[in-house]
Amino acid sequence: MLIKNVSNPDLKFTDKLPKFNVNWLIIISYLTLILIFPSAALITKSFSLGPEEFWRIATSKIAISAYNVTFFTALFAAAINGVMGTLIAWVLVRYDFPGKKIIDGAIDLPFALPTSVAGLVLATVYSNQGILGKFFGIFGVKIAFTRLGVFVAMLFISLPFIVRTLQPVLQEMEREVEEAAACLGANEFQTFTKVILPPLIPPILTGVALGFSRAVGEYGSVVLVASNIPFQDLIAPVLVFQYLEEYNYAGATVIGTILLLFALISLLGINLLQQWSRRYAIQ
Amino acid sequence: MGILVENVYKSFGSFQALNNINLEIKDGTIVALLGPSGSGKSTLLRAIAGLDNPDTGKIIINGRDSTHIDVKKRNIGFVFQHYALFKHLTIRQNIAFGLEIRKIAPNIIKEKVNELLELIQLSGLGNRYPSQLSGGQRQRVALARALAVQPGVLLLDEPFGALDTKVRKELRTWLRDLHDRVHVTSVFVTHDQEEAMEVADEIVVMSQGKIEQIGTPADIYDHPATPFVMSFIGEVNVLPSNSPWFKNYPDKLTSDVFIRPHEFDIQTELNGSNTKAQIKRITHLGWEVQIELILPDNLTVFAHVSKEKFTRLNLKTEQFVFIKPLSAQVFNEDETAKKFVGYDFSI
Repeated sequence: MLIKNVSNPDLKFTDKLPKFNVNWLIIISYLTLILIFPSAALITKSFSLGPEEFWRIATSKIAISAYNVTFFTALFAAAINGVMGTLIAWVLVRYDFPGKKIIDGAIDLPFALPTSVAGLVLATVYSNQGILGKFFGIFGVKIAFTRLGVFVAMLFISLPFIVRTLQPVLQEMEREVEEAAACLGANEFQTFTKVILPPLIPPILTGVALGFSRAVGEYGSVVLVASNIPFQDLIAPVLVFQYLEEYNYAGATVIGTILLLFALISLLGINLLQQWSRRYAIQ
Repeated sequence: MGILVENVYKSFGSFQALNNINLEIKDGTIVALLGPSGSGKSTLLRAIAGLDNPDTGKIIINGRDSTHIDVKKRNIGFVFQHYALFKHLTIRQNIAFGLEIRKIAPNIIKEKVNELLELIQLSGLGNRYPSQLSGGQRQRVALARALAVQPGVLLLDEPFGALDTKVRKELRTWLRDLHDRVHVTSVFVTHDQEEAMEVADEIVVMSQGKIEQIGTPADIYDHPATPFVMSFIGEVNVLPSNSPWFKNYPDKLTSDVFIRPHEFDIQTELNGSNTKAQIKRITHLGWEVQIELILPDNLTVFAHVSKEKFTRLNLKTEQFVFIKPLSAQVFNEDETAKKFVGYDFSI
């Protein structure tokens, strides 16, 4: 998802370097086989229904509700992590404390943990009988098997994207820049808002966009922590699965196509964001 | 007026970074803090700026006791070695930063920024970002940003340290010219003696957290106060006091004897009190030639001769020549300097 063209434009391929023709053939075949062909197949299959049928399924009430739950919950989770992830990254980069290495490593847990395991853990902990579920139950808040459960699962899986996007940026920040601001008369608040925060906004947005895309695509943990009831907490990826279980291939491919298109658009958005964030770094 | 540093001590753990520093920097002058790394020069500069607080002692800036005044209220201009420009702001916005903090009216800021851009000769580049500028240009922007707030003192921490030799030389001259125009009391840290000599009115030589000597560039070079200054500023040969060269010296020598490489007379023929030596290596340094010589008692000394003399004498490696010091310097036990000139150095 993050692969960018980092080749050096000054580097000219000369005859002395090995030819890449054969390699290109392999790469293109491989990509066709595992990326382009399946995507094209999905789109062709869904478009073969005809525009009216496609539109009817894509905008059916159950589908709209599923998009609604998926996108808004994901957006909200990513936004919350935009703030919390930034704080965590800040603390991990700027402060030394016992157990820092362990916490730093644990950030990657959502990457490494099978999503079904995450769902299982969340469902257990946040259910009526679980430790946290009982605690929130006192205030009449039900988390597991509700839309809140979906939200918690999305929080869990999107956190590392923000932290890991921000950490290198924070590490690269020179402390001298803050000293320079202080010498020029800026107080702590002004230094934060005028000097520290502005260069962090693009990477925060990139992290949020990545986390958002990941949350929209999340299936394994949500399916376990939500009740998956339409119009309540059913997300679009689970809807695809439900359609398949009902042998409704047309419905599944249409929703799948919508999600694929969304993924492409968010990729484009993330790339534009990254370009924008480097606008003052061009040499 | 100017800067007064009184009895300043500063330690980092068990490391004594500043050890009883007393220093007066006169109003409107430009002073270099010169020393090897770890000598405390940067710590002293940061203490004057308020970026580091001294453990004890006083810092008085332009008549105001600033020891406990926060850095943001000291009204100092600080220039960092690696520029520390705000990368997300254009050159104009960088220079305007301190003025905006001070809530100056936008039209006055604009005027002031234009003025400063002209001063640093970057008028056309105001809307660029720092990454689009060369190192030398960035450092000039950093200087303009520091000067914009009309600081009481200008402090520069190894300002040319990150630049290549040619740009460094240009900027040195430029800084000197700029100071002649702006006249703000300035202190800069450097480990480059040439830079200190060229730019500063006065040089403060530091070593191991202490001030070794304060003086004009000529003073420091011609009358070094301590063996450290003698060997740190300019090149020098250090010879043991029991060397046969000094056996006729009337007083008892208690310290090593220091001889500058250009203070040797080299001849190809024996002439009175000359000492026979063999040329071990010849190095061309540009406008002069360095000759490494082995003396009879196996001591090695470095002598510098002009290119003209080198060609005239037709010197070759392994050749025997006759050398004689023209002057030498000793330091007595109380570290007072003593120069002996015209003494008979015969062996």
